[in-house]
Amino acid sequence: MFEVFSFGSSGWGDEMLMGALMTVLVSASSLLLGILIGIIFAACKLSNIFILKIIANTYTTIIRGIPELLVIYLLFFGGSSAVMYIAKIFGYDGYIELNAFTIGTIAVGAISGAYSTEVIRGAVNSVHKGQFEAGKTLGLNGYGLYGKVIFPQVARIALPGIGNVWQITLKDTALISVTGLVEIMRQSRIAAGSTHEPFIFYTAAIILYLIITRLSNILFDKAENTYSRGFVSKGAL
Amino acid sequence: MRFELMYESFFKIVEGIPLTLQVVSISTVLGLALAIIVALMRISGRKSMSIPAYYFVYLIRGTPLLLQLYFVYYGLGQFSFIRESILWPILKEPYWCGIITLTISTGAYSSEIIRGGILSVSKNFIEASGALGLNKIKTFLLITLPITVRQALPAYGNELILMVKASSLISIITLMEITGIARTIISKTYAPVEIFLVAGSIYLIINFIIVLAVGLAERKLGTVKAN
Repeated sequence: MFEVFSFGSSGWGDEMLMGALMTVLVSASSLLLGILIGIIFAACKLSNIFILKIIANTYTTIIRGIPELLVIYLLFFGGSSAVMYIAKIFGYDGYIELNAFTIGTIAVGAISGAYSTEVIRGAVNSVHKGQFEAGKTLGLNGYGLYGKVIFPQVARIALPGIGNVWQITLKDTALISVTGLVEIMRQSRIAAGSTHEPFIFYTAAIILYLIITRLSNILFDKAENTYSRGFVSKGAL
Repeated sequence: MRFELMYESFFKIVEGIPLTLQVVSISTVLGLALAIIVALMRISGRKSMSIPAYYFVYLIRGTPLLLQLYFVYYGLGQFSFIRESILWPILKEPYWCGIITLTISTGAYSSEIIRGGILSVSKNFIEASGALGLNKIKTFLLITLPITVRQALPAYGNELILMVKASSLISIITLMEITGIARTIISKTYAPVEIFLVAGSIYLIINFIIVLAVGLAERKLGTVKAN
């Protein structure tokens, strides 16, 4: 029964592990893109500029209100032409095709970004006003204030939330298998089709996802401990 | 923008709304029953009950819904004993596979919401109810349940929205609901932006109605202080 998972050309073991690696890679790059988007839109939401607030609110409402699959279809079918349209403005007239990894990262990153926006906004809000005032009193501004004083505090509070976003992102990457990126989901589909053993391969996929979830939980717990040095655990702080 | 196309495709996509709503409502009702059972198992205090419930929730929350759907739709059909069993007429239909998967998924997620709601009911209420001479079942039905419903309602509203979004996945196993129809039109016309806007707006309207309804229910039931 398990010979189908042997390594090399006769089995699917190495292919499945490569699929798992691809899932981790595309999830990690989507999470990073999402955090970047999250920082920008959280800043928009916290700003006093009305139009920026509207843009950020529209973005989070749309992403959280419509199915992820539709967002992926939009970028899968429309991503390349959008890039070509932008390239045309800059004078490049050739054909550009985005690969499945890039499209997947952009799509899942855009979804993940909406959740990260809310997590980061909440974390910035929970930093005491006195911290900003104290920083300014010390003559800090820009990077000194935000990078050295505010960011470490925001990171500590946002980390559990980002951990949740990571779990959501990891599971959302299964959806980009429909665009042809060979990650766990796609690989197990291919293997199931070729060996006529769907049960075994989908079970293997379930186990791979659970292992990734478990390992990332351990990593996030470690990171939380590192960032919470010097704080007594107060539960909901 | 091709507005003509958007106008035409709107009427085609609207035809998918009944299927989306049907699948969502059937799985929500069945899933709620499952969630209550799982939540009660988790807090039963008996290890033989709480451990299976814990791992069930862990398994479902740790894996993508699409994978669960493939597992039920393609994976189970592999075995001849399933294909020959009385369940096969149900398990061979993508419609029922979709409902089964969504029921299991929402059952696991909502059980955590319900568990949180039940645990938020103060011990004082339970003790007071015992002092008034109510038995365990009456205490649960008359005291714990109404408070749990009020506590869990906001989070359950979110779960309903997630269900509407999750139902889009059944389009992958050939069901022609909103996303399924939208995808077909996109691959025919190659107008992803226009169709995305139409299908997206329909989902936003459905979810907006859910938000309003849950808000109304919250106001009607009022809030109760947990402690």
